Amino acid sequence: MRRYDHIEVGDELPSLVSKPISRTTLALFAGASGDHNPMHIDIDFVKKAGMDDVFAHGMLSVAYLGRLLTGWVKQSAIKSIDVQFTSITQLYAEITCSGVVKRKFEQGNEKLIEVSLSAVDQNDDTKIIGQAVIKLD
Amino acid sequence: MLDKSDIGKVFPKTTAEVEKGRLRFFAKAIGESSPIYTDELSAKAVGYSSLPIPPTFLFSLKMDVPNPFKNYQDIGAPLEKILHANQSFIYHQPVVAGDIVTFESSVVDIFDKKGGELEFLIEETRVINQLGVHVADLKTTLVLRN
Repeated sequence: MRRYDHIEVGDELPSLVSKPISRTTLALFAGASGDHNPMHIDIDFVKKAGMDDVFAHGMLSVAYLGRLLTGWVKQSAIKSIDVQFTSITQLYAEITCSGVVKRKFEQGNEKLIEVSLSAVDQNDDTKIIGQAVIKLD
Repeated sequence: MLDKSDIGKVFPKTTAEVEKGRLRFFAKAIGESSPIYTDELSAKAVGYSSLPIPPTFLFSLKMDVPNPFKNYQDIGAPLEKILHANQSFIYHQPVVAGDIVTFESSVVDIFDKKGGELEFLIEETRVINQLGVHVADLKTTLVLRN
């Protein structure tokens, strides 16, 4: 178990790298996530909307960021996650999820840390930035 | 086009049941390999009464209705023009397989940038379980590309 006293500002979470996002990845995520938006799975629909190809669900990379966190602390320690989508994630992207401890603070009787989050593709193009607040003992 | 008079609009409540099979499918789709999310005994061994939902799955449960985009379409945000700009989750209590969760969503803000070229819609959602416990809050910002 991770303890508040052992965490330092600047500590990095072990990064998580996704497999390349394929059409299969998007089909499975559409079904499993319930987001059936055809912009992610139907190239005919996408072309009619004026784009070249389907693109990944933003929430797929947020789910990868969730894995980054739950691989590091137990899920019940996560108080909040807040993300901003900065650009569309293209097909075949390999997403690297990173987290850095930005702040340690106490609120009420809780010991909390704020972790900055990022999801970046293989071209170093940032897809998501955000932060999570985690409660530690 | 969005209409600022829709600020404050309350969308119809929706309800979703958390199903084990769906959670296993979601774990597969996101590459989650921890057995806590797929094997009930492993989940129970760490204190859950059944499979826990992964942190972002509340967003999926919210979409678990015949047409999750209808609310947005009804207020002038068609599917092919909207992009997800921000998403936040605030967690109060765990949600596990077998739970039935209710989503109470409302429009909290509408504004535009670049002279109306981009319009923003902010929706907040309160999530309640079958016991009436407030389990989470979601906030979604959509951008409409005009």
